[in-house]
Amino acid sequence: MKIFIRITVFVAFVLSLAFTAQAAEIKIGVTEALTGPVAKYGVPIKNGFVLAADEINAAGGIKGNKIVLVIEDEQAKKEEAINVFKKFIFQDKVLAIFGPTLSNSAFASDPIANKEKIVVFGTSNTAEGITDIGPYVFRNSVAEADILPIVTKVATKKLGLKKVAIIYGNDDSMTKSTYEIFLRSIKAEKLEVVDTETFAKGDIDFSAQLTKIKSLNPDAVFCGALVEEASNIILQARKLGIPNKIRFIGGNGFNSAKLIEIGGAAAEGSISGSPWFLDDPSKINQTFVKAYTKKYGMAPDQFAAQAYDALYIMAEGIKAISLSGNVEKDRTTLRDALAKVKNFKGVGGLFSFNESRDAEQKGRVLYIKNGKFAIYAE
Amino acid sequence: MFLQQFANALVLGSVYALFALGFTLIFGVLEVITLAHGAVFMIGAFAGLAVVTKFNAGLIPAILVGMMASGILGWLIDLLAIRPLRKRKFHHLAPMIATIGCATFVISISQGVFGAEIYRFPFDFMPATSYNFWAMQLTLLQIIIVGVALALMLIIIFLLNRTKWGKAVRAVAETPRTAALLGIPVERVFQLTSFSASALGGAAGVLTGINFNAIHTFMGGPIMHRGIAVIILGGMGDIRGAVVGGLILGFAEIMSVAYLSSDFRDAISFGLLFIILLVRPAGIFGSNIERKG
Repeated sequence: MKIFIRITVFVAFVLSLAFTAQAAEIKIGVTEALTGPVAKYGVPIKNGFVLAADEINAAGGIKGNKIVLVIEDEQAKKEEAINVFKKFIFQDKVLAIFGPTLSNSAFASDPIANKEKIVVFGTSNTAEGITDIGPYVFRNSVAEADILPIVTKVATKKLGLKKVAIIYGNDDSMTKSTYEIFLRSIKAEKLEVVDTETFAKGDIDFSAQLTKIKSLNPDAVFCGALVEEASNIILQARKLGIPNKIRFIGGNGFNSAKLIEIGGAAAEGSISGSPWFLDDPSKINQTFVKAYTKKYGMAPDQFAAQAYDALYIMAEGIKAISLSGNVEKDRTTLRDALAKVKNFKGVGGLFSFNESRDAEQKGRVLYIKNGKFAIYAE
Repeated sequence: MFLQQFANALVLGSVYALFALGFTLIFGVLEVITLAHGAVFMIGAFAGLAVVTKFNAGLIPAILVGMMASGILGWLIDLLAIRPLRKRKFHHLAPMIATIGCATFVISISQGVFGAEIYRFPFDFMPATSYNFWAMQLTLLQIIIVGVALALMLIIIFLLNRTKWGKAVRAVAETPRTAALLGIPVERVFQLTSFSASALGGAAGVLTGINFNAIHTFMGGPIMHRGIAVIILGGMGDIRGAVVGGLILGFAEIMSVAYLSSDFRDAISFGLLFIILLVRPAGIFGSNIERKG
């Protein structure tokens, strides 16, 4: 009897294998910085992809075909990104590629994808000129250049700003670009800059810069910093006696739950801008936040949200084509279908690609209220 | 504003000095620039954080546990990486490179365990209220940091100059071979030095972690660069040099931001280092006599 049950189970197992093997697998390459200092962005991005892929597969895949993510670490190095891209294209024969994490690496690796006619989809590359690489390059990361002028305008009006100070990291391409965009928009609003201070990556002490800013008494401080420096700057400012009514206004680096976690009461009132925010009450976002937190034991950040949306956007594109089995051909048809994605409803709101395959998404001005991100103005 | 900037510089300088103390001690005795000191510093911060979050420990236990953890790590690094090279009479370069390997190893493992994110001590761990002295605003913790750095320096100087153990350490630092002939357990002195110097690094890690709220696996990197500058400035292997050098670097960084421009901070502070070395190539307290071992 026991033997009989065993045989039945075995046969069922073999049969199930045979059936699943019939459905095709859709291989998608994901390459992000999973080790090293940039991993704090790369890992949430990977997590976002994995969560979305699991959800899609659990719901039956795309027309019955399962998504298989091939995940590789590119260590935030150009050379590694190039190697991984070549492996994806020629060895793994993936349908499309997500990544790499930094714009720096994207400028090195994306031309390869474009030349081999395979879609490369960046979720965290914000530098100008990424999609100019070629028609196969897509991204859903909203550039700071689109959002920060709105943030500046809203803050100036609501707070009645006249004179402001700026502090930024001058040895990092991202924080430097935040500074340049802020400076442009500050000039457009005709504000007076009373002081500009800089710091270097990895600095922990900002007391000298902040003491100077305090003595010049600005109405607000614009801040181009990644989250670890940003939260420390705000904390030290409050310790030095810069009151909470002098707001800190920041770029992408501010869009992280870490700012609240590290900064606490000091970060209250800080202003930033982003299409997505953690406490967005929309149902789709709440479901995402809950699922992500359950799976990874921490709240998602903007990078995880953008990756999560990106995989669903990619799925929209794949849904619109019929896979021929010839991967070179499918790659090209996917490109055309993906470029047509319009009004996709994701966790970051309505999303469309514009004609240059960049994100067309409404940015929102946010501020920290009672330890949560809230809408300062639409 | 000057008084506040003076206070800022004092705190920053004390952190640099505290870090450099252990760094210079190892160099003085073992003649090895241990580039794992940044990783040791980071482990101290994480160990302190762990006892605070898990067991609700206070400041003193946090510092002690941080020192213990870092001390043990430093001792292990000596035992597993430096000692085998010492036995084969490799000096200077080979052990230094071995410590780079140790640092990479420790940092990678901790990234696997803690991830790449940043942590901080709980908000209510230390009171955030500032005290006013004349025109200076200082938190209790900043005063503690200055005090601890000063106290540890005095303790180390006392131990080195007034105890039998200190005498043994100084003898080994002078020449290990003669010290061995005189019956001093050289190997034990090396290990004890590695342990206590790394424990100092751990104390620096815990205090830095509490004061600057940025504990992450890569926190040892930037302070390593400063630490190397400090011990060169003060004189390699000199305890007073580490403290004075730390304070000088702290003041140079803060004052260049305060009265010139933050854009030139590193150029000015490291330019100063360059000038001091031109005048005194062995550093402020260094002697030009090299040990031939």
